[in-house]
Amino acid sequence: MAAADILAVRDLAVAFASDAGLAQVLDRVNLTIRRGEVMGLVGESGCGKSTLARAVLGVLPENAARIGGGRVMFDGEDLLRIGPEEMSDRVRGRRITFIPQDPYGSFNPLFSVGDQVMEIMRWKSKRRPEGERGYPRARRAADRAEAIELLRQVQIPEPEAALSKLPHEFSGGQRQRLMIAMALLPQPDLIIADEPTTALDVTIQAQILRLLRKLVKGRGISVLFTTHDMGTAHEICDRITVLYAGQEMETAPVDAFFVRPAHQYTARLLDSLPNPDREIREIGGEIPRLIDPPQGCRFHPRCAAATDICRSQRPDERAVAAGHVVRCHHPHEGARHAA
Amino acid sequence: MPLDERHAGDAAALLRVRGLARHFPIRNALGLRRGSVKALDDVSFDVRPGETLGVVGESGCGKSTLGKTLAGIHRPTAGSVLFEDAEIAPLQGAARRVVARRLQYVHQDPGASLDPRWTIRRSLHEPLIVHSGLSEAEREQRVRGILREVGLPPDRLDSYPHELSGGQQRRVGLARILTLQPRLVVLDEPTSGLDVSVQATVLKLFRSLQRQFNLTYIFISHDLAVVRMMCDRVAVMYLGRIVELGPTDAIFKDPRHPYTRSLLAAIPRIGGPRVTDGFVLEGEPPSPGKLPSGCRFRTRCPNAAPQCAEADPPGRTVAEGRVAACHFA
Repeated sequence: MAAADILAVRDLAVAFASDAGLAQVLDRVNLTIRRGEVMGLVGESGCGKSTLARAVLGVLPENAARIGGGRVMFDGEDLLRIGPEEMSDRVRGRRITFIPQDPYGSFNPLFSVGDQVMEIMRWKSKRRPEGERGYPRARRAADRAEAIELLRQVQIPEPEAALSKLPHEFSGGQRQRLMIAMALLPQPDLIIADEPTTALDVTIQAQILRLLRKLVKGRGISVLFTTHDMGTAHEICDRITVLYAGQEMETAPVDAFFVRPAHQYTARLLDSLPNPDREIREIGGEIPRLIDPPQGCRFHPRCAAATDICRSQRPDERAVAAGHVVRCHHPHEGARHAA
Repeated sequence: MPLDERHAGDAAALLRVRGLARHFPIRNALGLRRGSVKALDDVSFDVRPGETLGVVGESGCGKSTLGKTLAGIHRPTAGSVLFEDAEIAPLQGAARRVVARRLQYVHQDPGASLDPRWTIRRSLHEPLIVHSGLSEAEREQRVRGILREVGLPPDRLDSYPHELSGGQQRRVGLARILTLQPRLVVLDEPTSGLDVSVQATVLKLFRSLQRQFNLTYIFISHDLAVVRMMCDRVAVMYLGRIVELGPTDAIFKDPRHPYTRSLLAAIPRIGGPRVTDGFVLEGEPPSPGKLPSGCRFRTRCPNAAPQCAEADPPGRTVAEGRVAACHFA
């Protein structure tokens, strides 16, 4: 991986065991995130975006998930090769943090927000010397001051009083602000945000997206942002990777992604967005079952441009412009009609 | 003041709603009433035959309560609902069921309500057994016709729901409603939680069914892009009130109420600059149990003036066919 990259996933294959057989959820997926970049991971339900996010965090369900190969290179180190304890002690929650879709489900409802914030700081604070078991008063005071400052930055009113409240005393939007603060506290290199604004109303969503982008850009933190909503991806991402049925189809800078998509799937997906100026356009067909997925490019059964090679061979990566890579045997030419 | 005082309404309206309210009691730990949530408060509008009226707004604005009250799931606290010129607001039981045949409510996933132990044929015949006096042969004929319209082959009649895909189950759920030949269908968040490609298919189906069966829709949704595409007119709700109502094009091109403006400003414009780099509405809506004095939107309104705290602005006609409830609209 290049020094400019914080994360490089290479040829990652993950399968899930089920009663009906082995579901091939990720098929040799590549994904690169540069330092300080907000990378969007978009796709429809079941495309594998959450599985990929969990694989990077090292939290795939041990009894069901089978990693079939590949690497998850984080800052030069393969996370698939370090043990679960080291992952939890040194990486997860410290260098890679997480913002969930449902903040309420991620808080303990019985403890105050302050208790839960300070628990993070006790173990994951940058001030904690390696191996420190206790929590000296001086470090606690400094950590608390930092937490209050961060709550102020995510615009929680009266941050000191907020620390003694219980999670249910906050609205959905405020809980998501708290989650953002908690993800920023350890000063991580990478934040994984899994559909963090899906459950929010449109005006609250706009507030949260603007806040998150400002805070990570100001700190140079990289973000992997999964979403099924194209509008959300447009608002927060620098680049976007689109997944379909467990294969990454295309990666492009945000403007090129929406205006000049090179993959047939991306173009059809964007065409199916509601547009008042024209009739509704469907992709046609259905998402394949991952237990017995199509060979080659998994989009080929629904693709108008598909030929024999698409049915037998997964396309290699092909660069169509700077930072714009497509895995398609017959990339789409030219700009899409105005959105 | 109800919207209709200056907005005389449409003589040919299929549905005429006046001063509709639905309040939910708030009780303390002892079960004693200590106030009420005005989920729906003095709402008036007309629905014209054959149109699609969109109802938009954020969580807690009352759009779902409106749909459920029209459908008879909630009893209105006050107000009148004229459907095909008959008052239906106070109806219950058997009298309501007669109306229910022609005014149908479709919740988010109509496929989820199929009985897993019934064949598709039985699920589709059942509403006709309850509501019509048709013979079995007549029922079968109607069921087959409607199944074809929703895009399913007749061999599906002998299948069980689990043998169908989610999309096919949804089509059966819609077919079940259509067997009763409704005139007005309330669609409550019909695309919520769907992927965009599935959404496109579902919207296309709604459109073709509307043409085929001459349906009128009330389309309740939080998704403004979908509403813009599907609806002839739009009602924008905030905290139990309609704050703006008018033709879709006019509302999206020239919103008059500051809440409508803020809502539209928050929609991402794909292919353009980030909308979140510009203006974003601050704050969150107050609790519907503790409404501010005067205008309900004033606590977040960028143009709020002293009079907004004193007087609740009535809905008034601001242009041909357009109503807004703002002192400055």
